[in-house]
Amino acid sequence: MFIKALRGLLLPAVLLLTGCQTVLMSPSGDMALQQRDLIVISLILMLLIIVPVIALTLFFAWRYRASNKKAIYRPDWDHSTVLELLIWSAPLLIIIALGALTWVSTHKLDPFRPLERLSQGREVPADVKPLVVEVVALDWKWLFIYPEQGIATVNELAAPVDRPIQFKITASTVMNSFFIPALAGQIYAMPGMETKLHAVINKPGVYEGFSANYSGAGFSGMHFKFHGVSESEFTQWVAQAKQGSALNRDAYLRLEKPSENEPVSRFSSVAPDLYEAIVNLCVKPGTPCMHETMMKDAARAGQPAAGEHGMHDMANMEH
Amino acid sequence: MSDHPDLAKLIFGRLTWEAIPLHEPILLYTFIAVALGGIAVLGAITYFRLWGYLWREWFTSIDHKKIGIMYMVLGLVMLLRGFADAIMMRLQQAVAFGDSAGYLPPHHYDQIFTAHGVIMIFFVAMPIVTGLMNYIVPLQIGARDVAFPFLNNFSFWMTTAGAVLVMMSLFVGEFARTGWLAYPPLSGIAASPDVGVDYYIWALQIAGVGTLLSGVNLLVTIIKMRAPGMKLMQMPVFTWTALCTNVLIVAAFPVLTAVLALLSLDRYLGFHVFTNELGGNAMMYVNLIWIWGHPEVYILILPMFGVFSEVVSTFSRKRLFGYTSMVYASIVITVLAYLVWLHHFFTMGSGASVNSFFGITTMIISIPTGAKIFNWLFTMYRGRITFELPMMWTVAFMVTFAIGGMTGVLLAVPPADFSLHNSLFLIAHFHNVIIGGVLFGAFAAINFWFPKAFGFKLDPFWGKCSFWLWVVGFYFAFMPLYVLGLMGVTRRLNHFEDPSLQIWFQIAAFGAVLIALGIACMLIQFVVSFRRREALRDVTGDPWGGRTLEWSTSSPPPAYNFAFTPQVHDSDAWWQMKEHGYRRPLSGFIDVHMPKNTGAGIILAGISTVLGFALIWQMWPLVVLAFVSLLATAIGHTFNYKRDFYIPATEVAAVEAARTEQLASHV
Repeated sequence: MFIKALRGLLLPAVLLLTGCQTVLMSPSGDMALQQRDLIVISLILMLLIIVPVIALTLFFAWRYRASNKKAIYRPDWDHSTVLELLIWSAPLLIIIALGALTWVSTHKLDPFRPLERLSQGREVPADVKPLVVEVVALDWKWLFIYPEQGIATVNELAAPVDRPIQFKITASTVMNSFFIPALAGQIYAMPGMETKLHAVINKPGVYEGFSANYSGAGFSGMHFKFHGVSESEFTQWVAQAKQGSALNRDAYLRLEKPSENEPVSRFSSVAPDLYEAIVNLCVKPGTPCMHETMMKDAARAGQPAAGEHGMHDMANMEH
Repeated sequence: MSDHPDLAKLIFGRLTWEAIPLHEPILLYTFIAVALGGIAVLGAITYFRLWGYLWREWFTSIDHKKIGIMYMVLGLVMLLRGFADAIMMRLQQAVAFGDSAGYLPPHHYDQIFTAHGVIMIFFVAMPIVTGLMNYIVPLQIGARDVAFPFLNNFSFWMTTAGAVLVMMSLFVGEFARTGWLAYPPLSGIAASPDVGVDYYIWALQIAGVGTLLSGVNLLVTIIKMRAPGMKLMQMPVFTWTALCTNVLIVAAFPVLTAVLALLSLDRYLGFHVFTNELGGNAMMYVNLIWIWGHPEVYILILPMFGVFSEVVSTFSRKRLFGYTSMVYASIVITVLAYLVWLHHFFTMGSGASVNSFFGITTMIISIPTGAKIFNWLFTMYRGRITFELPMMWTVAFMVTFAIGGMTGVLLAVPPADFSLHNSLFLIAHFHNVIIGGVLFGAFAAINFWFPKAFGFKLDPFWGKCSFWLWVVGFYFAFMPLYVLGLMGVTRRLNHFEDPSLQIWFQIAAFGAVLIALGIACMLIQFVVSFRRREALRDVTGDPWGGRTLEWSTSSPPPAYNFAFTPQVHDSDAWWQMKEHGYRRPLSGFIDVHMPKNTGAGIILAGISTVLGFALIWQMWPLVVLAFVSLLATAIGHTFNYKRDFYIPATEVAAVEAARTEQLASHV
């Protein structure tokens, strides 16, 4: 309720900040837009208390300066029940409001949760399936696998406007964070684990994407362009990738080796289950896959068919 | 060495001539400058025959006041190093755009931001906080020293040993390139095979011993050694916050020790606690390190809250408003400090309910913190405020910290954090609270208690120069980072493509230059104050019209602090004594029982430094040798029975008589 009421209030503030053309304040994807609104609402809620505090600090400092003999001086006044109640309850009220907002918005904007709307007032149509992109953070570049299209790209990402995207995210060796500020908030990419992000891009354009978690020497060059395109442009983009070479396991193992400022490259086909193997750290022939090891361990420990259970322990890894 | 490669390897481990960075001009010149400066200092000490004095009166001293001062000196010296790192980063980020790669390659730049964070937290903020508590707490509670005086000396030297190892990494080998918390797998042996992370681990482990022991020491001191009559709810607020901080230290630092020990097992013995092979998980490290790391933030800020409380009531010439709620606010913060660690990694994929829980607990901390700010506000209300330097820093803190607190609560909203995490917005936020809170607090404290420690006030002119340069410099340096964060710029980058960002980095670099001038003014302030010490002399022992017991003794206090243990009736004990026409006792002195100096602390810490160095370079024979001598020295020390002595009553009487004369000359 109060969010709606506040929206009128925050419009001028939004305009002020978007005037600066900062990507977080004028994003192009619905997730990022809702996150922007949340940032602005929270800030306004807090300013309700911060502005008076700063103003009072400066005012009291000036008003009660020693040279101002007209001001009242009460050296032994150190308690007032009414004031104390006010002091504790004013921040408490703000935090209750902000806490409620946090609980609701954290669930609504959970990156693991499939999208319910494309943008304000537009539900996701029942027959639309999300575009799946498997994201692998390598040292120091990004690999994007499109299982539906059967292609893969390095350091270039594209998606049709207004089609929900499901990113499945992992990493080869160290932690990174997958972040396209115009599209949605970030989520970590971690080896041996899978995280997810659901998002949608609402405006065509070329946006910056990068790793937001320091990962070593080539970290600064680990950025890519994200193209928000029309359906037909997307088909063309896929066709362009189809002219590249194949990404079999050997090619992946070569690609996986550390390199910096890697140019864009495209692959026409992807070895089956490559992504599964990457998540389970068993692309190299002869290495045991983690999910198999875990299943064996669980069996040894006498747990019946513990595959699902074992997976559950590895934060968010789905099988 | 080349004749016997195996023998050389056995003795020197991984250390070879290659580890000396002769090929890196920046490091080489730094090394030459440091070496020349070091030779000059050592030469001067030798020339003026100060070695004996320093050894007897300072290095082996177990007087809490001298140890406190040494902690502060360590903190300020390391501040210069940490700031040198900061300004190098600001310069790199201001120039490295497009075709220009800047002047720092990633290999060097990545060490710098790691070292900056580690040094500023562990070897600047921690020594300053510990030093303040060491100096002030015993005086405020009317005690003659801390509970375990030798342990105090040992703690200080262990902290110094850690700092020495970090400094050595500049010139022998390299420091970690992992960020200041060294997350695996990046800090694991596969991604970081060199000695950098080992320097990190052993520097923190050795310094951590010092911090933990000093925590235990101060905790026991506050609980057991208060002057008669001083109930818990009559302790000065600074002592209260010190108590809370030491509770946090004692409970949090063992977690750091454990997590670093596990990381060393991974690195040295091929364990897989934090790597995926054999079922380890890096997220465990991230959880554990932040279970230490978040309380650490409050370890730093709580004592400063205490400082501001003392300063604000002294300079408003009023009792502190809401003493009771101030104390409870500190306690609530202490407890909540343990319930928020996950907010440092909302983006690591925890579920929405977990994230919400930790987001809301984080916000709840802002309630007691907000109450504290209001309490300071209403202490100023209807006061008679004199704007001496400590009060100026306090007002700057209240304004700056309110802004930093607000952006902090914003980051606690998980979906907002998904956008702002790891961005320069976050960097701006925590510098906003650490500089605006901890450093401003440290400067308030230094200006406030300096006359107590040295017997003369600090020069106000240079102090004000430093104040304005610091405060204005801070806003120039960090407000642009908030904007850059909203522009989606992430931290730890050493190169940028988008030229439109450059202006913001240039403004930030300008701010860093202002801060550099602020630091220079502070150093000038020390020198000028020393030269004008007769004009700035404090003969009363109570230059500000103080309220707590430390102002009842002379400046500087005698070795025994109080000739007679004071009797306490009020939370503003000294104020109350003055109100009731307190008269110093002039006769009837008795012998004062005092602990005796010992060199064991510095020797043990010296051996620990060697042990750490040997472990870093895997010089196994030296490791064994150092470890055995460490144990032998520690056991040997237990046979030292000459641990105390008496200051005879005649000497006490002479010191007190001199003070009586000094006080009379003033009036």
